Amino acid sequence: MAFVQNFPFFSILLSLFSGPLAFVLNAKGARRVNLAVITAAGCMSGAVLAYVLGTGEPYVYTMGHFPAPWGNEIRVGVLEAFLALFFCVIMLLSMVGGSLEQKLELEESKQNLYYVMVNLLLCSLLALVYTNDLFTAYVFVEINTISACGLIMIKQTGRTMEASTRYMIMSLLGSGLLLLGICFLYDLTGHLLMSNIKEQVQLLAESGAYHIPLVVSLGLMSVGLAIKSALYPFHAWLPDAYGYSTVSSAAILSSLVSKGYIVLLIKIFYRVIGFDIVRETKVVHVLFVFGIIGMIMGSLHAIGENNIRRMIAFSSVAQIGYIYMGFGLGTAEGVVASIYHVVTHAATKSLLFVAASGITDASGDSLRYRDLTGAGYRNKLAGAAFTVGSLAMVGMPIFSGFISKLLFSQAAFGHRYKMLPTLVALAISTVLNAVYFMKTVIRIYTPVEEGQQEEMAQGRVITAREQPAKSVALVCFIFLNLLLGLNSEPLIRLIGQGLEKFG
Amino acid sequence: MSRKLTQEQYERTFSYRFLRWLDGARDPYLGQVEMKPQKPFSEDGQTIAQRQEDRARMRERVYDLENNILVRVFRRFYRVFSLLFCVFLVVMLLAAVSWLPTFGQADNPANNEVAARYIEDGLEETGAVNIVTGMILDYRAFDTLGESHVLFIATCTVLILLRADRKDDREQLWSNDRVYEPKNDIILQTVAKILVPPILIFGIYVILAGHLGPGGGFSGGAVIGAGLILYLNAFGFAKTERFFTQKTYRRMSFAALACYSLAKSYSFYTGANHIESVIPLGTPGAILSSGLILILNICVGIVVAGTMYTFYVMFRKGGY
Repeated sequence: MAFVQNFPFFSILLSLFSGPLAFVLNAKGARRVNLAVITAAGCMSGAVLAYVLGTGEPYVYTMGHFPAPWGNEIRVGVLEAFLALFFCVIMLLSMVGGSLEQKLELEESKQNLYYVMVNLLLCSLLALVYTNDLFTAYVFVEINTISACGLIMIKQTGRTMEASTRYMIMSLLGSGLLLLGICFLYDLTGHLLMSNIKEQVQLLAESGAYHIPLVVSLGLMSVGLAIKSALYPFHAWLPDAYGYSTVSSAAILSSLVSKGYIVLLIKIFYRVIGFDIVRETKVVHVLFVFGIIGMIMGSLHAIGENNIRRMIAFSSVAQIGYIYMGFGLGTAEGVVASIYHVVTHAATKSLLFVAASGITDASGDSLRYRDLTGAGYRNKLAGAAFTVGSLAMVGMPIFSGFISKLLFSQAAFGHRYKMLPTLVALAISTVLNAVYFMKTVIRIYTPVEEGQQEEMAQGRVITAREQPAKSVALVCFIFLNLLLGLNSEPLIRLIGQGLEKFG
Repeated sequence: MSRKLTQEQYERTFSYRFLRWLDGARDPYLGQVEMKPQKPFSEDGQTIAQRQEDRARMRERVYDLENNILVRVFRRFYRVFSLLFCVFLVVMLLAAVSWLPTFGQADNPANNEVAARYIEDGLEETGAVNIVTGMILDYRAFDTLGESHVLFIATCTVLILLRADRKDDREQLWSNDRVYEPKNDIILQTVAKILVPPILIFGIYVILAGHLGPGGGFSGGAVIGAGLILYLNAFGFAKTERFFTQKTYRRMSFAALACYSLAKSYSFYTGANHIESVIPLGTPGAILSSGLILILNICVGIVVAGTMYTFYVMFRKGGY
């Protein structure tokens, strides 16, 4: 066994260990440990990705002395390694981009607890990406949920307390449904290891035995994970949680936490149940319908919003709708498009949150639209970054969002019933996206008129040098977006290749 | 021949005091226990007015109930719909359960080679007489590693939520600590004096014998935590803070979790790379047996005990 093959295990254990370590350190030490751990995990995931691309075959890593159905194991393929690397990059940029707010908005003596949460969140994301065991996945879903709650409420204002309470209730409902689904599945197959469950499920599907509990179990797991990743009717917790928590939290929550659950759902579809059986049940149609509704309704809510952070949050609801719509198509192309959109949305949404914090810094910390007038001139870099993010979200060519919309429509093309609704919904949603994102961009580039000054919050000019960490993060985000938009071909091929071997 | 005692001497004997106590002439509480009568619950007019104003503002500003028809409709809809949803969920789950394999049948899918190996070879492969412990701490140790970090992170969130770090918060909370309860209760102290040592020793026994019989880190840690909470209730913070402060908790949980992670990393690494582990399994049934399981149980026990105690302290006064 090559030494590189140990790296996924190292990165999981390293981030797990850094949680208690940050607990005994002070704020400064904990911040350094946090950045070092994310970087190290990212480097290791990169090395693993290079290795797996070289061999082209996924490999299984036994966690302990006992082989698969008895012990735990993790499974590393192209897609897993890429997602781990990508999650680390986004998390690092979000943490760097919000480092100023972490110092200012959080209570000094509790800052190290913030890094405990982030470290364990990273660990749970890595474990969710790599694990090949359904119960291990559940354990790390728990860690993910609790640390996300901590990330929201650590700002300790009334709104974040309320938001984290809502998040906790909805998220626990989701966890409960997921656990019930896993219990059902265990009762039917007698296994917790994903590959073994799939063998048994194939046998059950051939013989037709236990059809009803199997469908119920799949439904429970899908609905549970849909609640946790804020699919449309279950999104009530989202706007406040993203809108009022500290910037890094909002960026991480919107771009990584919900995506971890989506990765787990893909895993359940491909590796636990088998996508053919999923397609035969009606679950994909349900996801399709809810995805379409989410695409439209999320954007409509965002248009009505008068608070820039909440608007970006509602836009997430629409984007999650896109992803579920892709699953709902029930084809491999649809899932590839969804995974590409996971990547796009993660890169763009974290960019938008960090840029929005730069814009509001220049507008006297006000989130209201009226106060943002002309903010693009006061903070030039944040304004430019926000424009890039908005264009990417709307789906302009050369930015990342365009590619994912193209992939969605290509995947829908030729589908017997779903082509028309998908294309219509994509069109409507794109127009709605343009309405609220362009409205914001126009607003931040409208010069302040005479006499308007008194009504607005006191803004100030912020140069890129004044907030070096945020500027570096924003520049990296912009390049990442352009890279995804201009050079998407290898990535699409990589996702397709990874998905083939995913099951 | 009997010895005559003077009145003074007689009053000092146990039988005299016992008789007086029996007659009800002497109250063992008076002069012994620091009692504060409970304050009747009352609010001054200002707080009530404040609360009513808040509620009215909430109705007007946030919900705008008079004018906002949507909110009114939604509230009604919500009540009906939540009931219907619960009924639907209950019926669906019950129906689905009725389709599951019959409970306890020998040919159920869950009775397969996985369970068989745990039961038949568990003792030989893990060295633990208690095969449940062998399962969670050796066969499926990765899950349990995550699970103990779930406890740790739960404590961290409680600390974020409840720890009073600002000076004024802390002073207010600490001066409020148990205004309404008697302090230095003799009955509680005597009972605690008798009970706490056996509880702690029993907890330690449950942890140490986790691989030999029913028990383990989670249950033993909970017992120790309960013992500490009882001790705290009887003797107050002054006594417990001599040996258990937040710093102790931090270091303890860090040491335990780090030790856990390191020990398991070693066994995962050797297992995955097919290196022979140097840790002997020992004689099954001996206290020093079953490889790493004993150490892991101790680590888990420390984390669980600290977690329980910290939860209690945080909810009571927000710091220690």
